[in-house]
Amino acid sequence: MNAMNPVTADNGVNVAALLGAREALEQAPQAARFDWRASCQWVRGTHTRTQVGDFFGLGGEQQRKASFTFETDHPEVFAAEDQGATPVEMVLAGLGGCLVAGVASVAQMRGIQLRSVTARIEGSMDIRGILGMDGSVRNGFDDVRVTFDIDADASRADIEALVAQSQKRSAVFDILANPVNVSVQVR
Amino acid sequence: MRTTALIIGAGHAGLAMSRCLAERSIDHLVVERGAIANSWKTERWDSLRLLTPNWQSRLPGLPMRATDVVDRDGFRSMPETVALIEHYARIIAAPVRTGVHVTRVHTYGGGYRAETDAGPITTRCVVLATGACARPNIPASAAGIPPGIRTLSTAAYRNPDQLEPGGVLVVGASASGIQIADELQRSGRPVTLAVGEHIRAPRTYRGRDVQWWLDGSGIQDERIEAQDDPERARGVPSLQLAGTPDGRMLDLNALTAIGVRLVGRLVGVRDGVAQFSGSLRNCAAMSDLKMNRLLDRLDAWAETNGFGEMLGPPERYPATHIERAPALQLDLGCGAIRTVIWATGYRPDHRCIDLPVFDRSGRIRHTGGIVDAPGLYLMGMPFMRRRKSTLIDGAGPDARELAAHLHALLDRQSRDRIRPARAAAPHSGFPTFPF
Ligand SMILES: Cc1cc2nc3c(=O)[nH]c(=O)nc-3n(C[C@H](O)[C@H](O)[C@H](O)COP(=O)(O)OP(=O)(O)OC[C@H]3O[C@@H](n4cnc5c(N)ncnc54)[C@H](O)[C@@H]3O)c2cc1C
Repeated sequence: MNAMNPVTADNGVNVAALLGAREALEQAPQAARFDWRASCQWVRGTHTRTQVGDFFGLGGEQQRKASFTFETDHPEVFAAEDQGATPVEMVLAGLGGCLVAGVASVAQMRGIQLRSVTARIEGSMDIRGILGMDGSVRNGFDDVRVTFDIDADASRADIEALVAQSQKRSAVFDILANPVNVSVQVR
Repeated sequence: MRTTALIIGAGHAGLAMSRCLAERSIDHLVVERGAIANSWKTERWDSLRLLTPNWQSRLPGLPMRATDVVDRDGFRSMPETVALIEHYARIIAAPVRTGVHVTRVHTYGGGYRAETDAGPITTRCVVLATGACARPNIPASAAGIPPGIRTLSTAAYRNPDQLEPGGVLVVGASASGIQIADELQRSGRPVTLAVGEHIRAPRTYRGRDVQWWLDGSGIQDERIEAQDDPERARGVPSLQLAGTPDGRMLDLNALTAIGVRLVGRLVGVRDGVAQFSGSLRNCAAMSDLKMNRLLDRLDAWAETNGFGEMLGPPERYPATHIERAPALQLDLGCGAIRTVIWATGYRPDHRCIDLPVFDRSGRIRHTGGIVDAPGLYLMGMPFMRRRKSTLIDGAGPDARELAAHLHALLDRQSRDRIRPARAAAPHSGFPTFPF
C-alpha cells in the first residue's frame, strides 16, 4: 500500500494510540458511544457565548484541563455588532478542522510526511431562505466547497487519496452531507 | 441417515468440496433444498451473464470443455451457467440429494445432526455451502418507501417487462446495480441510480480482459492473511463489471451517457422523500483513484514480466463525471418513481445453524472457512481464504485446503478414539484413513 515511511514520518499524530483504541473498542463496543456537548448563552442582540468542556465517552464522564469559549454574532451587514464568527462560519470551521485533522492522521498512518496543509472552506446560501421570503429556498448551505493546498512527500495521486480518505472518515463531512434527526425542546 | 461429511448446498462450491472429499475417499453427501445450481436457476435476472470469462470457470476435476476452447473469452448466459454446474455435478458423480432442505444443525454425539424435511442426518462434519448471496441485504430505509411503490431486490428482478412503465430508483452501483440500471434505462424507464462506495474497473485493459490481468498478476489469489484489514477486505463490493460480449465498459460515465441520473448513497426516506448523501463526488473520486492505482500496479506487473510487448499501450480513463449539484432529494410520492430496486448486496443465510458460532453482528466466526466448532466448515464466503473465494474460480483451491483440514481432523478423531488415554501419537508419515 502507501506505507512508505511509517517510522520516520512525524505529523504529530499518535497513530499507535489510535490503533490501540480501535483494538480496545473491538472488545468493548459500548465504550465507543460518545456524547458531545456545548452550552450556549445569549449575550445581547445576536451575540452569543458558547462553552465546551466535559463530554461523555469511553464509558464515563470525561473532564478536560480547561473549557473553551466561542463567541458568535453576525456581521454589520446584518445590522448586528460583529462580536464573533457567524454560526454558519463555525460550521465551516468544524468541517475544516475535521478534514485537516483527518488528512494529518491518514498521512501519519500511511507514512507520508506533511510540510503544510491549508484548506479553504466555502459555503454558499441564498438568504431568502432564512429571511422567510421564499419557501422553496432552503435555509442552510446549498453548496459547500473545500480546496486543499498540501505540500508533502508524496505523489499527487497519494495526496488526492489522503483527502478522499479523510472525507470518508470525517464526522463533520458526514454531518453535513447526510441527514440527522435533531430534536429541540424547552425545559 | 448417517454420513461422515454433510455438504449443504449444491452450487459450484458444495460440488467442488464434494469432488475434493471424493479425491480423499471421504464418505459424504450433498443435500440441496432445490435443484443443482438452484441460485442460478431461481435468483438471477434473465439477461445476466457471468462477469468472469469462460476460461475462468475452473473447477477441480472439470476438464475444459470444447465450447470453452472455442469461446474462451465469452461470458456465459444463465442457462449456460446452469448447464455448466449440472455438467460438473454429473462428471464428478457428486452424491447429491436434491429437494432436501436442512432446517437445523446441532451437536449430536461427537459430531452433528442435521434436521431436514427428509429426516435427520447424523454426521461428523458439516460443510456449509449455502452461498454468500443467499439473502438480499436491504437497508433499513426501505421501511419508509411509500406503499404505492413497488420494491424488488436483485434476487427477485427478472427483466424490464416485470415493471410498470415509469421511473425507477436503483439503489446501489456495484455489478448488479449498474447492469440493471443500464437495462432499465434502455427499456425506456428513466433511472435514478443511488451511488455509494463502488469499485470502478475497465472490462478490457490494453487489449486483455480485466480478469486476465487480475488472475495473472495474482491479485485474485491474494490470501486473507496478507490483508492489513481483513474485515474491510471482506466488505469490499463487487467490481463494476458486466459480462458484455462486445467488451464495452459499463461504468458510471457510460450510464450518464444514456441518461441515467446519478445521486449519492440513499441515506433515508423521510415523509416519502428519498434523501441522498452529498458524498457522491468523493465516492466517485475515491473510485477513480483506486482504479488508477490498480492500473499502475497492473502496468508494473506487465513490465516486470516482459508482457509489455504483446499488449496495447497503458491507458487511463476520463474521471467519473458528476454533475455540479446532484439531487439530494427525490419525492417518491409524486409518481415519477414507480419502482425501487435494491441492488445493495447480499448476505449469507446461516439461520439453520443452531450452534454458538456467531459473532455480535450475526456472522459465523471463522478462520479461512474453518469454524471454531470442530468439523464445521464454510465455503464461498467473501474473501474467505483468498480474494476469489466467492467466485467459481475460487472454490477449487479453497475446497482443496479445507478438505485437507477436514481429513486431518477425521484422522485425529479416529486416533483419539483408538487410544483415548494417550496424548496424540506422532504422525507416522503415512496418510491414515478415517474409518
Ligand atoms: C448476481 C450475481 C452474479 C454473479 N456472477 C458471478 C460471475 O460472473 N462469476 C463468478 O465466478 N461468480 C459470480 N457470482 C458469485 C458466485 O459464483 C455465486 O453467488 C454462486 O451462486 C455462489 O455459489 P455457491 O455454491 O457458493 O452458492 P449457491 O450457488 O448460492 O448455492 C447454494 C445452494 O445451497 C442451497 N441451500 C441453501 N440453504 C439450504 C438449506 N438450508 N438446505 C439445503 N440446501 C440449501 C441453495 O438452494 C443453493 O442451491 C455471482 C453472484 C451473483 C449474486
